[in-house]
Amino acid sequence: MDFEFIVGHLNYWLFIVLMMTGLYVVVARGNLVKKIVGLNLFQTAVFMLYISVGKVSGGTAPIFPADMKIDESVVYSNPLPHVLILTAIVVGVATTALGLALIVRIREEYDTIEESHILTAELAIARRELADMDGER
Amino acid sequence: MMVATALAIVRMRHLFAVVMLSGVFSLLSALLFVTLDAVDVAFTEAAVGAGISTVLLLGTIALTSRTERLTVNFEWLPLLVCLVTGAVLIYGTLDMPNFGSADAPVHQHVAPGYFERTPHEIDVPNVVTAILASYRGYDTLGEVVVVFTAGVGVIALISGLGRGGRRGRGGRPGKEA
Repeated sequence: MDFEFIVGHLNYWLFIVLMMTGLYVVVARGNLVKKIVGLNLFQTAVFMLYISVGKVSGGTAPIFPADMKIDESVVYSNPLPHVLILTAIVVGVATTALGLALIVRIREEYDTIEESHILTAELAIARRELADMDGER
Repeated sequence: MMVATALAIVRMRHLFAVVMLSGVFSLLSALLFVTLDAVDVAFTEAAVGAGISTVLLLGTIALTSRTERLTVNFEWLPLLVCLVTGAVLIYGTLDMPNFGSADAPVHQHVAPGYFERTPHEIDVPNVVTAILASYRGYDTLGEVVVVFTAGVGVIALISGLGRGGRRGRGGRPGKEA
């Protein structure tokens, strides 16, 4: 494990740190909005990982000159990860919107967006239903 | 700097600040994409990640609540799970090629073909556009389907507000209308 190896992999490690921060927010925080923000954090870290894989050192953005006269000596970065991540960003926003709509709906139903409060409310409802069933017998 | 922003997001209780910080995080990542030669991705991230996501989040906290009422104490299990997952992922990166190396496997298979074929098959200067709209057009079609489904789902969820046996808060306008 020499110096060059560490420098060449430091970017991946930093992205993994960001990713794990997002995962921690999703798992450990009870607030639903914050969970969505953590999910976005995780997502963006994955995007950065992909884009950094596509980078070629000394390369430039994969856009040809407008007159399409291609200079063979110019190095371009890999465009394929860019395409995949473009798709992923838009899909990510779609899932975010859906999650947020669910949160608004949950708040209408339970009057809270904290996970623990929702759990207690659920428990109370279940107890009441059980009691009702006992009463019918 | 991004790590600092991310940690601030973890610590903050005030949801408005959290949303703003996530916007800052998106913009920073867009800057990073520019330095990594992904200008198209940077555009999209700045517009969609920092713009639309922030607006959606703001709309949600306007409809719900602004502060996080913390009930759970510090727990070791989530942290442990994250650390173990992170360690496994870092172990996985050990086999990856160095950052920016031109002979990495990613650059060997289909990517050179796209560069060769784009000038005479598509004739669009931007290779990313050529792949997105033509070579991988089905991906983009699938993306449109996903976005459409999400839009339908959002409308179905939101339009039920204030109707039927709900608590009757009055119909709110749809978030995406």
